[in-house]
Amino acid sequence: MSKLNSLAISDNGFIFKPSTGESFTTNELGLFIIQFLKENKSGEEIINAIMQDFDVDNVTAGRDMYEFLDFLKKENMID
Amino acid sequence: MSKKIYERPILRKVVEGIPNKFGSLKRLRPVETIDNVAINDIIDEYGSPVFIISEKTIRETYKTAYCAFSTRYPKVQFAWSYKTNYLDAVCRIFHQEGSWAEVVSGFEYEKALDNNVSGSKIIFNGPDKSDADLTRAINNKSLIHIDHFDELYTIIEILPKLKERPQVAIRVNMDTGIIPQWDRFGFNYENGEAWNAINRILTDGGIDLIGLHIHIGTYITMSKAYSIAIEKLAALANKTFDRFQKSISYIDVGGGFASQNTLQGAYMPATDTTPSFDDYAHAITTAMTSVNFPNNETPTLILETGRALIDEAGWLAGSVLANKRLADGRRAMVIDSGINLLFTAFWYDYEIFPVQETSFQSEPTTIYGPLCMNIDVVRNNIDFPLLNKGDRFVIKRVGAYTMTQWMQFITYRPNVVLIDLNGKVHVIRKEENKEVFRIQELVPKHLQNK
Repeated sequence: MSKLNSLAISDNGFIFKPSTGESFTTNELGLFIIQFLKENKSGEEIINAIMQDFDVDNVTAGRDMYEFLDFLKKENMID
Repeated sequence: MSKKIYERPILRKVVEGIPNKFGSLKRLRPVETIDNVAINDIIDEYGSPVFIISEKTIRETYKTAYCAFSTRYPKVQFAWSYKTNYLDAVCRIFHQEGSWAEVVSGFEYEKALDNNVSGSKIIFNGPDKSDADLTRAINNKSLIHIDHFDELYTIIEILPKLKERPQVAIRVNMDTGIIPQWDRFGFNYENGEAWNAINRILTDGGIDLIGLHIHIGTYITMSKAYSIAIEKLAALANKTFDRFQKSISYIDVGGGFASQNTLQGAYMPATDTTPSFDDYAHAITTAMTSVNFPNNETPTLILETGRALIDEAGWLAGSVLANKRLADGRRAMVIDSGINLLFTAFWYDYEIFPVQETSFQSEPTTIYGPLCMNIDVVRNNIDFPLLNKGDRFVIKRVGAYTMTQWMQFITYRPNVVLIDLNGKVHVIRKEENKEVFRIQELVPKHLQNK
C-alpha cells in the first residue's frame, strides 16, 4: 500500500497519519493534488488538471505544486 | 463555467500546545476601503506602496481628545507635535482645529511659520536651538522651553541684541514612577536643578518665566504618572511665587499618550490596554484642579500630544512581491514596504490586513520588507492568509513617526495621499525620483567622465 493510501483523509482537509500519530490540515487544492497523486498521475497531468479547475497560470500552478510535493516528502507521506 | 479562485496548496501540522487565551485566528477580514475610498483604486492611481491619511479620522480624534480635556478643565490648549508628522497638510488640519505648533528644531520652526502659525503660538522645545534659532524665536514672541543651562546662558548672552523679552518655560524631569525615567531632557526636580534654573532666570530680570513643562516619556500607559508630575510642578510653582511673587501662567504636560498600536512583547493587545483620552484627561485635570497654584490662579493646561492624535489616521497600502520558504520550512512573505518606511516596526506589532477577500486558511508567516537587509522585518511569525505575488495589503495605524523617521535607503519614498472630508484624494507629498537626489549631489570635476 502506498504511503498516501495509508493516510486517513477527511473531505474537509484533515489528515491523520497512523504510523506516527501525527495530524495535519490541508486546503482544497492540497486535497485536489493528493487525490491525483493517489491515482498515480504525473506532475504534468496534475498541473493541467489544476489549470482546468482553478484560475491560475501554468508557472504558478507548477511552482506551488512542486513546493507542496516537497512538504509531503518532508513529512514522509510520499517517496 | 467560471473557474475556482486559486489559492496555493498548504500542509500544516496540527501541534499540541498550551491553549492560547485568544484562541486560533479567526478569518482575517480584508480592509477594502478607507473613508469609503477603495484602496485598490488609490494604489492603481498613486502607485505601490502609498501612505494614506484620513482627514476625517484626524479631525474626529482631535475633537475627542480636546473634548475630553476641555469639558474637565477651563483653559486647555493643544500644540501639534511637529516631529510626529510634519507634512504641511497634516499640520494645517491640526492648526485649523485650534492647535498651536510644538517644534524641536529650526527646521520645524520654519515649517510652522510657513504653515502660518503666529510666533506666539509656537512652542520651541528640545536640546538643539542655535543662537540664530533662539534670536528668531524670541523676537517672534515664541515660547522657549529651556532644556539645559547652556541654553539658558545663551539666552542671557544674547539678551542685549533681542527686540523682545524672552518668554520662557523650563522643562523639568522627575521621578513619576515611569521606568526608564527620562532624565536627559530638562532640569531635574528631585536634585534641585530645576529650582536652581528658576532662580537663575528670575534673578536675571530680563527674562519672563511663564510656564513649566514636563514630558515624562513616550507611550505612557499609566495615566497616574501625569498626576504625580503635576503635583510636583505645582509645588515648584508655589515655591517660585513665595520667593519671587511670580505666577506661572501655564503648565505644559507634554505628550506621550499611547496609541492603540501594540508594543512588541506586550501580552495583551493595545486596543485592550491603552488608556482612553478620557482616562488621561481625568488623571491630569483632576490633579490640576486638586493642587493649589499660587493666588488660586488656574494656569492654562497645554498638551503636546502627537502619536495618539495621528497614528489611527495613517495607513500604508502596498503589494506582495514574493512568497518563499525559510530554511526551517516557515513561510516568508516579501512586501514592497519595509523598515525604510516603517522604522516604527522595530517596536510595534503592526496590524496588517489583506485588501481583498481571502479564504479562512492561514499560515505562520514572517513578513519581510524589500530591502537587502536581514533586519528588514515588518512582522515576525504571525498567522496570515495566503496572499499571492501582486496581492495587496494595508497596514493600520502608521500615522505617527513614519513619515518623519522614514529613510531614503535603497529606494525612493512613496506618495503620501490625503482623503479629504468629501472622499477626494489629494497627493500631499510627491513620490521621490532620481532628480530629488541628483540635485543634492556634486561630482568633482576629475570624476565627471563622459
